[in-house]
Amino acid sequence: MFRSKAKILQLAVTLLACAFLLVPTILSVMAGLTVNYFQGISSGLTLKWIYQVWELYADSIFLSIRLALACLVVTLIIGLPAAYGLARHPGWLSRLLEEFISLPLAVPGLALALALLQLYGSMKGFRASWTFILVGHVLYTLPFMVRSILAVLAAMDLKTLEEGAASLGATPWQRFRDIVVPNAMPGILAGSLTVVTLSLGEFNLTWMLHTPYLKTLPVGLADSYASMRLEIASAYTLVFFIIIVPLLMAMQWASARAQRIAK
Amino acid sequence: MSNRTFVLACLTPLLIFSLAFLALPLVRLFLASGEGDAGWAVYLDILRKPRYLNTLVLTVLVSLATTFAALAVSTTAGMFLLRNQFRGRGILLSVLTLPLAFPGVVIGFLIILLGGRQGLVNQLTPGHVVFAYSVVGLFLGYLYFSIPRVLLTVMAAAEKLDPALEEAARTMGASPFRVVIDVIIPGLMPSLIASGAIAFATAMGAFGTAFTLATDIDVIPMVIYTEFTLSANIAMAAALSIVLGLVTWVLLLIARSLSGATVAAGG
Repeated sequence: MFRSKAKILQLAVTLLACAFLLVPTILSVMAGLTVNYFQGISSGLTLKWIYQVWELYADSIFLSIRLALACLVVTLIIGLPAAYGLARHPGWLSRLLEEFISLPLAVPGLALALALLQLYGSMKGFRASWTFILVGHVLYTLPFMVRSILAVLAAMDLKTLEEGAASLGATPWQRFRDIVVPNAMPGILAGSLTVVTLSLGEFNLTWMLHTPYLKTLPVGLADSYASMRLEIASAYTLVFFIIIVPLLMAMQWASARAQRIAK
Repeated sequence: MSNRTFVLACLTPLLIFSLAFLALPLVRLFLASGEGDAGWAVYLDILRKPRYLNTLVLTVLVSLATTFAALAVSTTAGMFLLRNQFRGRGILLSVLTLPLAFPGVVIGFLIILLGGRQGLVNQLTPGHVVFAYSVVGLFLGYLYFSIPRVLLTVMAAAEKLDPALEEAARTMGASPFRVVIDVIIPGLMPSLIASGAIAFATAMGAFGTAFTLATDIDVIPMVIYTEFTLSANIAMAAALSIVLGLVTWVLLLIARSLSGATVAAGG
C-alpha cells in the first residue's frame, strides 16, 4: 500500500516524529533503571535510584497529590454551579465571564504568578502556606472544569427538563441535584481528570509561588535536573510518568466520551 | 428561593474567586509595571534598550521556527495517519499525543538526554556534539511541546475534509505535490492558522522548557524571571509579563475564532 514516493515520504516524516518524541522518553526510563548510565545498560539494572528518589522526594510527591485533590474539590465547588449558571443564562454577559475566566489558558503562568505575588506576596501567612499554591492551581484548572461541564449542559434541553420538574413541584436545589448533576456527569468526569492531570504537572505558576518548604513534584523535578546525578533525575521522571500517563489516558477517554455526548 | 436568585447564587463563588485572584492581581500587575524609575516609559524601554529588544526578536524568531516546523511535521503525520489504515497506526497516534501531559521542565530534560553532555547524540557521534543548551536545543524542546497539540487540531479539521476532492484532483492529473498545495492546504487553512497561533503563543510563553535549557539564552520568560528574582526590577518584569500576556491572549483568541478548538496549553 505504501507504493508511491509521496506515501513513503509521509511515512518517513511520521516515523521520524514518533522517534523524536519516543526515543528521549525511553532514554529517560532506561537511565532511571541502570546502575551507571554513562557505562550503559551493561552496568546492570537496578531499582536503587527509584528507592533514592522515594527517600529524597516522597514529600513532594505527596504534596502534589494532596494539592491535586484539593484543587479538584475547589474547582468542583466553584465550577459545577458556575457551569450551570452559565448554561441557564446564555448571553453576552455569560460569554464575557467565560472568556474572562479562560484568561489563564492564554496568559503564561509566569505572568499570572507575578500578578498574584504583587497583590498577595506581602501577606506572609498566606504567601507561605500551601493554599497560595492551591490558588494558582485552581486559577489555571478552573476554566477546564467549567468548559467541560458547560459543553455537556449546553447540548441538552436543560430548560424543558427543568420546567417539567418545576411543574411537578421541584425546588431549584432539587432540580440542580436530581437533574443537572446526573446529566452533567460525563462532563464532570472529564473535567475532574483534566484538573488532576494538569495540577500534578503544573510548573510555571508553582515555581514562582512555592517556598523551600513546599516543593511540588514538578518543582522537585526541576530541582533534581539542576542538582542531582542523571540517574536520579531520570528515576524521578520515571516516577512522574508512572503517575501521569494512566491519568492522561483516562482523561483522553473521558473527554472523547463527553464530546460524543455533547454532540 | 426564586429561579433567578438560585442561578445568581450559583455564579457567586466563581465571581468572587475570579475577582480576588484574577482581576485584582492583573490590575495590580499592570499598576506595578508603571511604578519603576522609568514610569510608564518602561514599555518604550522594551523597544529602546537593546537587551530587551534582542530578547524580543530572538523569542519571536525561535517561536516562528517552532511554529512552521510543528505545522510541517504534524500536518504530514496527521494526514498520513488519517488517510491510511495499517497495523500499528493506533500506537503511532498514541506516541504522538502522549507528550501532551509532559510539563515543559520534563521536555527540557528529555532534550538534555538527546543533546546534553551525556546525551545520545554526543555518545553516538565522534567529537563533541552538545546542542541542548543552545538555541537549537530550545527550538527542539518547543517543537516537542507543540507537535502533539498541532497534530490534534489539524487531525480534527482534516477529518472533515472530503477525500473525494483529492481523488478528483488526482484523476484530473494533479501530482501529489499539487494536490497538497491546491486541495489539502486550502481546505485545512483555518485550522493551520489556528494551530499555528497556538504553537506560536505557547512557544512565546514557555517557561518550563526555557528554565531547564536556556540558562544562557535570553528569551522573554527567562528575562521576566531574572528581572524579577535577580535584578528585583519588578516594573520591567511586570511590563514584559503584560506585553507577553497580551500577545499570547490575542493569538489564542484568533486561534479559537478560527477553529473553535482549544488545546490545553499546559506547563
